[in-house]
Amino acid sequence: MKLSLALVLSLLAPPALADWQQTLDAARGQTVYWNAWGGDARTNAFIAWVGEQTETHYGVSVVQVKLSDTAEAVTRVISEKAAGQDAGGSVDLIWINGPNFLAMKQQGLLHRPFVADLPNARYLNLGPTSPASVDFTVPVDGMESPWRLARFVFTYDSARASEPPRTMAGFVDWAAANPGRVTHPDPSNFMGATFLKQALIELTPDTTALQQPVTDAAFDAATAPLWAWYDALRPNLWRGGETYPANESVLQQLLNDGEVDIAMSFDPASTAAAIADGLLPDTTRVFVPVGGSIGNISFVSIPYNAANVEGAEVVANFLLDPATQAHMQNIEVLGAFSVLDPARLDEAASNAFAALPTAPALPTLADLGPTLLEPHASWMTRLTEEWARRYTK
Amino acid sequence: MSHEGRLLRAGVLAVVGLGLITPIAIGLWQTGRAALGILPALGRNVASLDSWHELVALPGFATSLRLTLVTGLGSTLLSVLLATGFCAAVHARMTSASGARMLTPFLAIPHAAMAVGLAFVMAPSGWIARMMAPVAGWDRPPDFATVNDGWGLALTFGLMVKEVPFLLLVILSALSQIPVARQMAAGRALGYGRGIVWIKIIMPQVWPLIRLPVWVVLAYALSVVDMAIILGPSNPPTLAVAVTRWFTDADPTMILPASAGAILQAMIVGLAVALLLIAEKVGKRLGRWWIRRGGRGLSAEPGLWAASAVVMAMMAVGLLAMLSLVVWSLAWRWSFPQVLPESWSLKPWTNAQGGWMRALSTTLLLAGATAGLSLALAIAWLEGEDRARRSRAPWAEALIYLPLLIPQIGFLYGLNVGFLQIGLSGGITAVIWAQVLFVFPYVMIALSDPWRALDPRMIHAAAALGSGRGRRLWAVKLPVLIRPILTATAIGVAVSVAQYLPTLFMGAGRVATLTTEAVTLSSGSDRRVTGVYATLQAGLPFAAYLAALLIPAILHRNRRALSGASAT
Repeated sequence: MKLSLALVLSLLAPPALADWQQTLDAARGQTVYWNAWGGDARTNAFIAWVGEQTETHYGVSVVQVKLSDTAEAVTRVISEKAAGQDAGGSVDLIWINGPNFLAMKQQGLLHRPFVADLPNARYLNLGPTSPASVDFTVPVDGMESPWRLARFVFTYDSARASEPPRTMAGFVDWAAANPGRVTHPDPSNFMGATFLKQALIELTPDTTALQQPVTDAAFDAATAPLWAWYDALRPNLWRGGETYPANESVLQQLLNDGEVDIAMSFDPASTAAAIADGLLPDTTRVFVPVGGSIGNISFVSIPYNAANVEGAEVVANFLLDPATQAHMQNIEVLGAFSVLDPARLDEAASNAFAALPTAPALPTLADLGPTLLEPHASWMTRLTEEWARRYTK
Repeated sequence: MSHEGRLLRAGVLAVVGLGLITPIAIGLWQTGRAALGILPALGRNVASLDSWHELVALPGFATSLRLTLVTGLGSTLLSVLLATGFCAAVHARMTSASGARMLTPFLAIPHAAMAVGLAFVMAPSGWIARMMAPVAGWDRPPDFATVNDGWGLALTFGLMVKEVPFLLLVILSALSQIPVARQMAAGRALGYGRGIVWIKIIMPQVWPLIRLPVWVVLAYALSVVDMAIILGPSNPPTLAVAVTRWFTDADPTMILPASAGAILQAMIVGLAVALLLIAEKVGKRLGRWWIRRGGRGLSAEPGLWAASAVVMAMMAVGLLAMLSLVVWSLAWRWSFPQVLPESWSLKPWTNAQGGWMRALSTTLLLAGATAGLSLALAIAWLEGEDRARRSRAPWAEALIYLPLLIPQIGFLYGLNVGFLQIGLSGGITAVIWAQVLFVFPYVMIALSDPWRALDPRMIHAAAALGSGRGRRLWAVKLPVLIRPILTATAIGVAVSVAQYLPTLFMGAGRVATLTTEAVTLSSGSDRRVTGVYATLQAGLPFAAYLAALLIPAILHRNRRALSGASAT
């Protein structure tokens, strides 16, 4: 009886879903090694929760390999390729985007396209120019699956700094009036590079050039105002711009210690979350420059030699489940904004998002203003190289 | 020399050669190939010097190199001077055993944990600044670079806080082999000042006994990564940190200049040791001439007391750093300029399930396995020497020290590629193997002297009573030597717990220990959780040292001659 019912169901199901059932069967019992940046305790806890859920529902367990930099995972896959280990690799799933994705895609280190096979991909807007389809202007081509939305925001302590700068250009005057009270993470770090990109987009004469791969001529023309701005800003940075915090977490700690008045984040909810965790003063608030700020999507991708491909796909699909996304957007859980297209959600799912709790330091989508597009990934590489050439002596 | 003795020796040598030396050679070979531009995975098959040109042209390379030399050579030189001065001033009042007890917390705490604590104590918003804030009238932290300074002073200081106690211990145990009191009395009777007797008579005898440990300290200081990330400058960092960063750059072709940097790192250590040897030769000549001049040098005394004062101050800061880790792990909010937390919480400790419990058990497993294996190998080696009735050849001594003198970054990348080729990477076995490379030398060094100091009459008596070799080992040597054996094990545990790069590279990041978590977390924003990991990281080796003190005392409570007086 049971068997015939399964047979009927499998006959009725569309072909893609039948394939998905095969994926689910193969995934059962697999352990997925998810290589993800491990510097944020709430994200780590969320990943642990994902593992519990997939274990219960699909028999797929998740082990987070905590990275201090995503490039570590890329290096690992390269080492494996160097050693000829083309199957059974140690990395199953990577939290990735931008230059690391570009590097892996170019080196042929990624698994075949898989996003279209995920049942929950139907909640995504996968149009050709949608943020879920292009990662730093590089076409995703189904090789990475979105899971959380990132928006660049500034954080400031309203008890110490009453009036934060309103534009990137305004940082120069603000720092001159408050010397040593602002800095940015080292540009070799993602967040430090984003600070420079945010300024570049505001200061450059022609933003359309940033959407093309960088050329020498375009780079010089586009970045000249940026370096003039930075030369004026740098002497008034924390420690005179001689040293920089390693990443945004260290910068947040500096804000908490009162060493600086402004920090930055790629997660608009991180400030409210940090206040709840006792990691920032209650008076901390979020602001974005008046013209809006850079936004992008965090993805997960599967290396070409992953040992547990099916399990990794099940996890990627679970991350896109509307219930998972609503749980993730809950400020008491993680507070990361959903990547799903609100227009494609059914009523129950929409209500789940509408019912999420709020907090004083949590901005609304309206507060955040327009989303600025990431420049082509080659710009970021050139920008950090040029920064190092100019300021690392 | 018996057949059996030869077999045991050959077996031990084979294990050390294949298990310890071959991996290093393979690692250096693979790294060296990449340094010469050969990396088939990226389609590079032609040898060239381009990697080296690229390395030299990288932004900040010259500064990184300078920082490495200044912090590495500077911290070692200052540590040796301070440790010598301190010993000269307090030796008469301190035995080797009481010294060891006092120094244990400093030896037990891993570099990374000490660095995390020091970073908080010394920062402009740190503990010392908070204590000064009411007096100085600071309502916000001053903008001084007291950590991560461009000169690497904070890093130099951090290294010294760890290395001075280590050198003190080494010097104290060397002094127990020299009739210091008699020579001091003779020197004083001839009208020499106390300090000058130390410099002219005692140190020349101590130096050959501490030469190798000083090399180890020098090699370590020149290539340290975890402490340099936390306390050192970042733009640019020291060479070892820069090389680690390049190895993990988003651009995979950076592996080529990174490998060249790794080989350069190994060459720097080699050159520094050579420099020390030359300095020793020159010093010998100058010293003889100086001693023959016969100056009585009564003015050296204040220098000794200054050295002791500096050492005491450093230890106080070190203790403060350790204490701050515990306080942070119990705090909820603790903001500038509060000297103590505004609110307390046990949350980081109670969140054990998904958190520190797992890292602690992995660390325990690794420490147990590596210390156990190393101990077995060391005992087999020493017993082999006994049975062959041979003392250790200099090349064998060099073999033991080799892993400690070659910078880890120089061969770990290559070793990982090698391990991957035999399908061993990413697992606990690979990590155990890689850690034993560094644990075994320390265990061996710690056990060798007490083993040789064992009274041979006991063995002869046992033999005369008819016990065979095995029984003499199990029933006489090991029980009598239980104290040094446990001490060596505790040192092995401490070394294993502190391993950062081998665990990270060989474990493919999957093997999370207290140290890898503490270093990752120290680049995060939650000092309270970092405090938990660093406290555990320091507590585990400390517990091992404590056990090494207590177990023999309990076992031998009715054997007075064995309880404390045996050579440690």
